[in-house]
Amino acid sequence: MTSLATGGATAAADEPSPQRQPARSGRPASRSPLGQVLFWLMLAILTVIFLAPLVWMLSTSFKTHEAATRLPLSWWPTPWDTGAYRVLFGSGSANPVLRWFLNSLVAAAANSALIVAVDAAAAYALARLDFPGKKLIFVSVITTIFLPAFVFLVPNFLIVSKLGWLDSLWAIIVPSAGGAFGVFFLRQFFSTLPRELEEAAIIDGANQWRIFTRVILPLSRPALSTLAVLSFLTNWNDFLWPVYVLFSPNNLTLPSGLAKLQNAATVDYPIIMAGAVVASVPVILIFLIAQRQVIESVSRSGLKG
Amino acid sequence: MTTTSERSTLEGAPARATGRRVRRNNWATPYLFLAPYGVLFVGFILIPAIYGIWISLHDYDYLLPHQPWVGLSNYTDLFKSGSRDGADFWRSIRATAIFTVFSVPLLVTIPLGIAMLLNRRFPGRTFFRAVFFTPYVLGVAVVGVLFRFLLDPTIGLLNFYLGKIGFSGTTPWTTQVPWAWVGLVGMTVWWTLGFNAIIYLAGLQDISPELYEAAEVDGASAWDKFRNVTLPGLRPVLLFVLTLTLLASANMFGQSFLVTKGAPSNATRTAIYYISQVGLQQYRQGIAAAMSYILALILVLISLLNFRLFREKEES
Repeated sequence: MTSLATGGATAAADEPSPQRQPARSGRPASRSPLGQVLFWLMLAILTVIFLAPLVWMLSTSFKTHEAATRLPLSWWPTPWDTGAYRVLFGSGSANPVLRWFLNSLVAAAANSALIVAVDAAAAYALARLDFPGKKLIFVSVITTIFLPAFVFLVPNFLIVSKLGWLDSLWAIIVPSAGGAFGVFFLRQFFSTLPRELEEAAIIDGANQWRIFTRVILPLSRPALSTLAVLSFLTNWNDFLWPVYVLFSPNNLTLPSGLAKLQNAATVDYPIIMAGAVVASVPVILIFLIAQRQVIESVSRSGLKG
Repeated sequence: MTTTSERSTLEGAPARATGRRVRRNNWATPYLFLAPYGVLFVGFILIPAIYGIWISLHDYDYLLPHQPWVGLSNYTDLFKSGSRDGADFWRSIRATAIFTVFSVPLLVTIPLGIAMLLNRRFPGRTFFRAVFFTPYVLGVAVVGVLFRFLLDPTIGLLNFYLGKIGFSGTTPWTTQVPWAWVGLVGMTVWWTLGFNAIIYLAGLQDISPELYEAAEVDGASAWDKFRNVTLPGLRPVLLFVLTLTLLASANMFGQSFLVTKGAPSNATRTAIYYISQVGLQQYRQGIAAAMSYILALILVLISLLNFRLFREKEES
């Protein structure tokens, strides 16, 4: 999967506002004791398969290089060692992970803010205003959702290089904000808001800007924050593009930095795993905090498929 | 962030200004709302879409002082026998095809099983749902370096345990086919399974419980219920998951880039991997653009076929 956002291509196509409560529904668990045992056994095996690699990543990041390559392999680091993190975070490191972390953070936050701001304004016009050319604009924007991203790879590389953005965070922040997903997503949401709200504001003498910022945006907080979270995760995890447009060690984001570590002449797994932990912790935290929104937006995407 | 700044500028706006009614009906207002996104859309979607075609008609080699017009020869070269680029390109398409053929069936079926497990009432359900989804929120970079390590022939966890239970323990997961494909497909299933499972779960919850109750009254077995209630109820969701998974598989890049680096002898170098190498590393943008359009065309054809097949099944 290239991005979280593609999964939600048709998200919010149905009524988005009241959050559904998946945990309430569902069929009762099997009542026979054997069925119960099999059910929990299966869940336990799956949980181990899903969590073991992550535990291994964490454990290795606290090993010495010698301990990580010593057979038989051990789940517990002996000796317990924070050397990998110290190498990565040390000043003057050839692999400045702290710098990569900040680059990733700045790029993902800026990209997410840019997407929410420009998409909300565009979606407002497309959902609530009438003007000549509206249908044509909407259709041409939406059509591009279905174009595979790799078609834009080569021309955007040349455009970004002409703008002088190669090897800079601008290349990570700006071009992907042209994507149509957020416009579609927010337009669908805005369209569901009752017209009466606007009419009341118009009677009060509000102009469109005021209606947009005072009525529509506050009511759309769930959709706006969902788009912000999805855009942040997508940008944070983006891999192919940063690998090719960023070169200098100081300008990398975490994913492109991990590729650099993996392709280094001497592969040091504790260091690579420590880098992977640094890249994972923020997204796992965001996922745990915004779990409901992330899962809702993914699960709703299929319903209108 | 932006909304607060927008709001603060608004505080200063003269809300009681007499011109408000005129401003509200200003013909330019909708276009002003569209303008910021419009600039990005035109600059990074619309222009590239057309510019890409223009590039593909030129010999866009960075070594050349000029980029001469070459017509369709970037395209036709790929179909000529004996063309080096053509051979490499079709080999990369073949790699993507192999990956797709083996990963899609697993990613369409296993998540359905997991969704059915999760579609029951039991304590800790939200926890397990989160567990299965967690790998998906990690990027391909994290998953790639992690599995490069887990699949390592000598110090990888997988071979270590395989050795313990009596297998050879020296399987070359990252350097030899077919093992490399097993590794690449396996890690992709681990990574993206939760995404499909969540979509299925929502689909399952949309199936009316009365249908199951009615089937039970008729004495239907678990298998009967699955075949006659669950599957028909999931048809649109199935098509959606299948399409999405097909497209995602066709975009496969990071796994090969990090785990096998295309080894052995470019057998696992996928189409996107090769196109990005040619266009963004060797700076031969003309032919790379042509390749991406051919790949896009192949995807369009497969998607159409996919929809056609589903529709025929629905009619029969």
